[in-house]
Amino acid sequence: MENNRVQETVKTSSKPLNEQEKTEEAAADKTEKKSVPCLSGRGVTKIFGTGKTQVTAVDHVDFDFNEGEIVSIVGESGSGKTTLSKMLLGLIKVSDGQIFYKGAPRDISTHKKKEEYWKNIQPIFQDPFASYNMFYKIDAVLDDCLAMRGFKHASEEKKLELKTEACSFVNLKYAELTNKYPFELSGGQMQRLMIARIFLLKPKILMADEPTSMIDACSRATILDMLLKLRNEINMTVIFITHDIGLAYYISDKVYIMEHGKFVESGTADECILHPKQAYTKRLISDVPKIYEKWDLSDTGEEEKAN
Amino acid sequence: MGYYFAPLHYISGDIIVDGVKISDMKPDDVRRKELGNEIAYIPQAAMNALNPTMKISRFINDVMRAHGSKLTDKEIYDMARERFESVGLPQMVLDKYAAELSGGMKQRTVIAISTILSPKVLIADEPSSALDVSSQKLVIRMLRQMMEKQYIRSMIFITHELPLLYNVTDDIAVMYAGQFVEMGTAKQMVFDPIHPYAKGLMGSIIVPEEGIKTHQLTALKGTPPNLKHPPAGCRFADRCPYAVPTCKAMAPDMKKFDGTREYRCLRSVKKLREIYSNGEQQSTGNSEDELEAVE
Repeated sequence: MENNRVQETVKTSSKPLNEQEKTEEAAADKTEKKSVPCLSGRGVTKIFGTGKTQVTAVDHVDFDFNEGEIVSIVGESGSGKTTLSKMLLGLIKVSDGQIFYKGAPRDISTHKKKEEYWKNIQPIFQDPFASYNMFYKIDAVLDDCLAMRGFKHASEEKKLELKTEACSFVNLKYAELTNKYPFELSGGQMQRLMIARIFLLKPKILMADEPTSMIDACSRATILDMLLKLRNEINMTVIFITHDIGLAYYISDKVYIMEHGKFVESGTADECILHPKQAYTKRLISDVPKIYEKWDLSDTGEEEKAN
Repeated sequence: MGYYFAPLHYISGDIIVDGVKISDMKPDDVRRKELGNEIAYIPQAAMNALNPTMKISRFINDVMRAHGSKLTDKEIYDMARERFESVGLPQMVLDKYAAELSGGMKQRTVIAISTILSPKVLIADEPSSALDVSSQKLVIRMLRQMMEKQYIRSMIFITHELPLLYNVTDDIAVMYAGQFVEMGTAKQMVFDPIHPYAKGLMGSIIVPEEGIKTHQLTALKGTPPNLKHPPAGCRFADRCPYAVPTCKAMAPDMKKFDGTREYRCLRSVKKLREIYSNGEQQSTGNSEDELEAVE
């Protein structure tokens, strides 16, 4: 993002003064707009159940996700990561607090508004085998995306061109996929097809809920590579939900550590993961197997909790 | 282990467990005589293997009876309690239903049940991949304790989580498209892989340690071959950045090097190390003479 801004400034300097002033104003405007977080939340809470069985899955969390940023939300199972992601996607209602999209309160009160919102935020889920409608062929999956982007009535040639481009972006050949069902692909290929969908939809925000946890290490590297390429291409915000701390460290600009529905620590990946301040974060990081450091398997006093 | 169904068929080779050739036995005999006693298996998503309508103690009772145990119910319960406590599982687990346990706890319970007859070999197929880091650590610690207490004597750990493998195992064998492509100690395999696939695999390790952010991850192009029609030559040739035309025609055998290590590639170890140290990314073209290993 910073680099883009620098390039813009250099380009404008060769223009006539009046035009340059206008451009500078526009650039200032743009910078101002950019400083508004793409997605933010204040006091976001989710409560399941009532009375004695009431569970607060997400407990008054505040966050700001900026445009073009890769943000990871890290925590153990049951920490509330997926519940938060579902609220951000608009799949479940927020019990308390407010989510803001581009600075304004998010309004998904009607189905039409929800559909409009979903054009800007798209998910990639953990299990590629459960992410597709098994009765839809791959062509139909991609055609749906084109319809969402407003290409429903485009010519067949144009549609084919767009689908081929999206598939080749993820190293798949559209000609080989046509007339096939998603379940005829491997897990890695299915996840790449998911990224091809994102390429077609070009959302402002991608919610990636453990997208690489069910695929092998080499395919994981390919998927990460593609996500980074896509982020650079369309300046998309990526929200990564994961319990893989190594992955969060590798890919993220910013990390939020979640425990029992609350953010206990947040900051840059270096701050949070290499120099954690909170005891919980320290313990979480010590639980990760390492290569260059000794992995301490001794008791952490968390046995009861993990039970 | 006899756990294969059509269209899979046993074709050739021997599987010998402690001198007994189980590949010649009928699957039912293997199941009754060998499984649990000699060799045990923790499948993927083992946490879903528990019977939801039975308490854990009753489930253990069933397992023991299926293996011909003559112990009384109380003796089985006491034995299970003792075993559970020795591997860090509280006694109360025995009196619970599966639905009352967390994912990590269910996984450890299944591991404790799988090894209750103290098998010689435990095959753990991704025993911790569905768990978060804290539960994963508890599972690994439990498996280590079992080895130390001789409840199991050896373990085959199947995973794609390489940092975990490095910390758990003595030796690592890398498999590609149904064949071993390289074998060595954990340290050798992580820090000095020779086969191009093993090299790619090790190059994709991500750990939260300083310096890893600047490290370029290895992303191999393509996908593994369809094993209904395996390629005639090297099975990795289509994806190998260092392949030459001969690789697609000639299938390499496993070759020994550095004493106990083995690898499956037409190129020599010397040449591969040279390629890696030069940081060469692309195929060196059609220079067949570089296949000096084809002797």
